[in-house]
Parts: sequence; C-alpha cells; structure tokens
Amino acid sequence: MSEYAAQTSPILLLDLALLTLLVVTAFSMMRVRRLFAVVMLSGIYSLLSAAFFVSLDAVDVAFTEAAVGAGISTVLMLSAMLLTARREKPVVPGHRPLALVVVLITTAALFYATIDMPGFGDPNAPANTYVGQAYVEQTPKDIEVPNIVTAVLASYRGYDTLGETVVIFTAGIAVMLLLGAGSVRGGRKVKDPNPDEPVALQSAGTQEQLEKGRAP
Amino acid sequence: MMGHLILRVTIKILFAPIILFALYVQFHGDYGPGGGFQAGVIFAVAFILHVLGFGLEETKKVLPPKVLPWLMAMGVLFYAGTGLLTLFLGGNYLDYDVIQPTSHHHAGQHIGILLVEFGVGLAVASTMLTIFYHFAGRVPEISDEDW
Repeated sequence: MSEYAAQTSPILLLDLALLTLLVVTAFSMMRVRRLFAVVMLSGIYSLLSAAFFVSLDAVDVAFTEAAVGAGISTVLMLSAMLLTARREKPVVPGHRPLALVVVLITTAALFYATIDMPGFGDPNAPANTYVGQAYVEQTPKDIEVPNIVTAVLASYRGYDTLGETVVIFTAGIAVMLLLGAGSVRGGRKVKDPNPDEPVALQSAGTQEQLEKGRAP
Repeated sequence: MMGHLILRVTIKILFAPIILFALYVQFHGDYGPGGGFQAGVIFAVAFILHVLGFGLEETKKVLPPKVLPWLMAMGVLFYAGTGLLTLFLGGNYLDYDVIQPTSHHHAGQHIGILLVEFGVGLAVASTMLTIFYHFAGRVPEISDEDW
C-alpha cells in the first residue's frame, strides 16, 4: 500500500489545492443569498471537481462533469432562476445542537473509514479486482476497443446504458408535461389570473367564462 | 437589438467548431474519452449558445421545437432497435458480435457501439434542447440586468 501512496505524492499538492477550493466554493455557496452567484458557484464547483477527476485519471467522468455539470446544468439553472426570485429568502439563524452532533459523528466516522482505504491505483484494491480486473483483461480480446470505459458502457453494460437513455428521455417528457408543452397555450408564457384569489370563492359564471376564454 | 455585439460575433465563430467537436466526441468515443452522452450535451450547448446570443425565436427557425420530441423518441428507439437487430440476427439482446460474425477484429462490436452511441447522442441532445426550450420559452428574453 505504501508504494502506491508514494507514487501519487507529486500530485498531492495539486489534489489538496483542488479539494480546498471545492470546500471553499461549497461554503461560499451556503453563505451567498443572490441566486445568480449561487448558480455560478455551482458551475465553478463542477469545473473544479472535473479537474479533480482528471487528476484521478477518470477522464470520461471528468468530461461528463465538465459538459453536464459546469456547462448545461448551469445554463438550465440560470433559465430556471429567471422564472423565480433573484434572491434566496433569508434564513433565521438558530442553534440546532442535534444537527451539529449528527454532522460531527458522521464526519468522524468518514475520517475513520479513510484510514482503511487502499492506496490510489492499488491493483489489489477491491474496486480493481474481480469484475474490474475482468473488464481490463477481457476488453482487448472481446471487444478490441481502446477505451475500456466505452466498452463497459456500451457493450458489457448495454442494458444499463439503455436504461439511462430511457431515464433521460423520461426527464425530457416530464419537463414537457410540467411546463405545458401540450397545453392549449402551446407552452407559451403563462400568466396566472390572480394567484391570491381563492378558487373556491369564484362563482360558476366566472368559471364558465374562463373555460370559454381558454378554448381555442 | 445591437447589444452584446462581441458576444454574438463570438457565438457565430464558435458555433461550427462546437458542432464539429460534438461530432468528434460522438464518433471517437471508442478511442478517446467521450461518447454519446457528452457529445449530445455539447451538441445541445451549441444551440443553447445561439439562443443566449440571438434569442429563442431565431433558434426556433433553425431547429423547430416540434421536431425535438420525435428526435428524443428516435434516439431511444435507435438504441433499442440495435438490440432488436441483434435478436433477429440470432444473438442475444445487444450482443453486437452477430452483426459481423466472421470478423477477426470484432467489427460487429465496433459497429454496435457506434450505433448505440448514436442513439444515446440523439436522445441526449434533443432532450437537453427540449428542456432548455421549455425553460427559456417562459420568459420572453433575458433582460440586460439579469446577465
């Protein structure tokens, strides 16, 4: 284990810097109340974790994180932010000792667990033996694709990727249904008539008028 | 409508390279990092940049939103159809070797992976654009103070 730990030491400083920046970004996201700044910080967080994945040699994951996390979800959050308020509601500060105790115990348990973790790149680590080992050994014989990640994703675990594609498809359908693509308005800008007015007090006449007005 | 001139010129210059990069990531996924998911997202990002620079209506002329649900379904069906193809050729579902059974360098696997990744890319790109169109379609245009 010690020799693998020694191999990674030159990158250790870079890793530490990236992780420190991640923690700083996370804390500033909690402090900032302007939603625009929060969205931008979450994009920065994704970009930093993409850089961290590169230093862990997980380029495919880093690529996805940079494209999806830093790129498209930032834009989607921005466009979602345009539909809502620009500022977060101020939180009433209060002391919650139970939450603090739970967080401290969990942190201690996680730190305790890291003592048992195998060194980075250790071939005898549980993640690299058994099925991981089999993929690395079998891909050049079975599939002959240089990128083992693609081989696992599209060939060995083809069912999983099909499921993921269906999940993305479902997400698209859900957004279309929720934001009213199939409505009479055709997904155009929705103006609520008067949200403060209680619906139960509306007379039957206005209901009919509303429905007549809605008909194309 | 002449605001953000530098942004618009930059977006015009960057649009084609981004599409090209998406296609590279899509079809080079066997050899380097990337694949259908990443390529689909990058492809969608090119159009999202166009929306941000030129407004939703201009982009809707290029890529009408009515097409997107069809493309979403086609992507998923392309993936599932590749599995059905291998079934009909006598193999297991998504067992690509039967596409080219006589090949010595597993050409069937390469073809199968390319087909499947194309389905993924199509589904992801059109889904991301659908989601973005629906969010962006609710506000007329991003006003200057919101940037």
